[in-house]
Amino acid sequence: MEKDIIIDLKDISVSFDGEPVLNNINLYIRDNEFITLLGPSGCGKTTTLRIIGGFLKPDTGRVIFEGKDITDLPPNKRQLNTVFQNYALFPHLTIAENIAFGLKIKKKSKEYIKDKIKYALKLVNLEGFENRMPQSLSGGQQQRIAIARAIVNEPKVLLLDEPLGALDLKMRQSMQYELIRLKNELGITFVYITHDQEEALTMSDTIVVMNKGNIQQIGTPEDIYNEPKNAFVADFIGESNIIDGIMLEDKLVEILGAKFPCVDTGFGRNKPVDVVIRPEDVDLVEPEKGTIKGVVTSLLFKGVHYEMDVLANGYEWLVHSTDMVPVGREVGIFVDPYNIQIMHKPISEDEEASSDEE
Amino acid sequence: MKSSRLRRLVAAPYLVWIVGFTILPLITIIYYAFTERGTNSFTFKNILAIRDPIHFNALVLSLWVAFLSTLICLLLAYPLSYILSKLKNGRGRFVVFLFVLPMWMNHILRTLALQNLLSNTGVINGILEFLRLPTLNIMNTPTAIIIGMVYTYLPFMILPIYNSIAKIDDGVIDAAYDLGASGFTVFRRLILPLSLPGIISGITMVFVPSISEFVIADMLGGSKTLLIGNVIEQEFTVGSNWNLGSGLSVVLMVFIVASMVIMQRYDGDGEGAALW
Repeated sequence: MEKDIIIDLKDISVSFDGEPVLNNINLYIRDNEFITLLGPSGCGKTTTLRIIGGFLKPDTGRVIFEGKDITDLPPNKRQLNTVFQNYALFPHLTIAENIAFGLKIKKKSKEYIKDKIKYALKLVNLEGFENRMPQSLSGGQQQRIAIARAIVNEPKVLLLDEPLGALDLKMRQSMQYELIRLKNELGITFVYITHDQEEALTMSDTIVVMNKGNIQQIGTPEDIYNEPKNAFVADFIGESNIIDGIMLEDKLVEILGAKFPCVDTGFGRNKPVDVVIRPEDVDLVEPEKGTIKGVVTSLLFKGVHYEMDVLANGYEWLVHSTDMVPVGREVGIFVDPYNIQIMHKPISEDEEASSDEE
Repeated sequence: MKSSRLRRLVAAPYLVWIVGFTILPLITIIYYAFTERGTNSFTFKNILAIRDPIHFNALVLSLWVAFLSTLICLLLAYPLSYILSKLKNGRGRFVVFLFVLPMWMNHILRTLALQNLLSNTGVINGILEFLRLPTLNIMNTPTAIIIGMVYTYLPFMILPIYNSIAKIDDGVIDAAYDLGASGFTVFRRLILPLSLPGIISGITMVFVPSISEFVIADMLGGSKTLLIGNVIEQEFTVGSNWNLGSGLSVVLMVFIVASMVIMQRYDGDGEGAALW
């Protein structure tokens, strides 16, 4: 086991009313890491966080914190703090009293608490809010108070359960930078939950993609985006063209009846595979120069790029390009070999669930 | 403007209602309270009649009985509401519904049933006798009145307290545990203050009607125990002295209004007021 591992989840399984929610989760979290649990709703990410926080006991498996088993420890005895999805500020207490809540329980001195409140409010850019009531604050401000209330306790790990979910787009983006800044200033571990893949890619050191109670892939944002391990990850992280293909031999795959050179090896001969091609990796060229020919069927302006659908050999290719090609134009489709991702087809649900890091 | 005229037209029946059934009776009572019987000349006699030992003792007993009934209701309702609010899948709401159900039956019928249970030859004593246990002799005592009051007004205490506890966000409670709070701290610093509006409106809804209650006192307290409500009732019916009855009513009203004002003070959000 590595030395800088702060939290280690071992063989965690949970089911509610006989419905499995987490299937044998194994995950370690490094000290001072920004790790994001990413997945659609119902994938088990919040359940995982509640197990780390101590609000839920796993049916089987252990939670190890700094080498000690804390599986049976209640939340008020754990050295971590949570920022809840709906802020969960105490409505009858002022901002200062909210922030002081944990410190008063720890019987800190009045001066210490006062200093800490001041420091925390400065950290979240809400100086002078001491005597306001939570209801008089905007959603973004309440969220920042919730963060301040958690960090004054100097937790070693901060758990954040979709903290930006209720905010509008602009606020969400500025809070993302705010959180990264906070993380760097505090130098503690952040365990972050979101269903927003863009948020996960922007903020994380490590992303854990989850689906149906299983970990699908663990890796850096670049890994996850560029080398999705299976069709679920590819589909969930950004938009993709996921096409049935046959691996004819090493470095050659057949998609939609055409042969595409690629860089993957070791799949054997004539093996059915999933082929993932990101929309921005599809090049539209002169019809004769492409690997296959198609016709542009729709065109949308998306700001940074154009989004086009190209019908070629019976498949609607999603294409992102800064060059506009009008609807109805015949085009050729070309993909650079290293932009073609080849993945094993899942044999069964269980195989889709296999979750080892390489 | 047309819309404001329409609004006034729609409001008219309510105005008639308030004037006819609240303001006019109130003026009538105050008029009777401050006038001499027969001569109709101005007097404080009816108000000062509260100093008569019989009236005064009845008022003190009424306040005491109302206070005890309210306290017992609170002690019964709070733990019950707390436990019920923790039940999942609306089971708590169902139990609250069961508690409220008797409220839909006639008040006098329910008190009559209680009379049957509590009387010296009643059901409870029958069972005690059968078990060869000492029998109770509580009929026609303040104890019987308090039992009747608690039985009648308990739902009025449960409903607002249950609602205020059930409204507390689970996330807030999780957050307190997360910040290191013990179960006791969570109760004292969160659940109790956050359910205070429910407690206040529960107290108001039990205390205020039980000060002036006379049906229960009549049926369970017998002629031995006089509450201020009975005294007033008798002045209006048996004594036919409306002036004295009104005078004592005004005194009682002062106590009721005062208790409501005190309660509202503690009710920061004004939620209790909404229930009234």
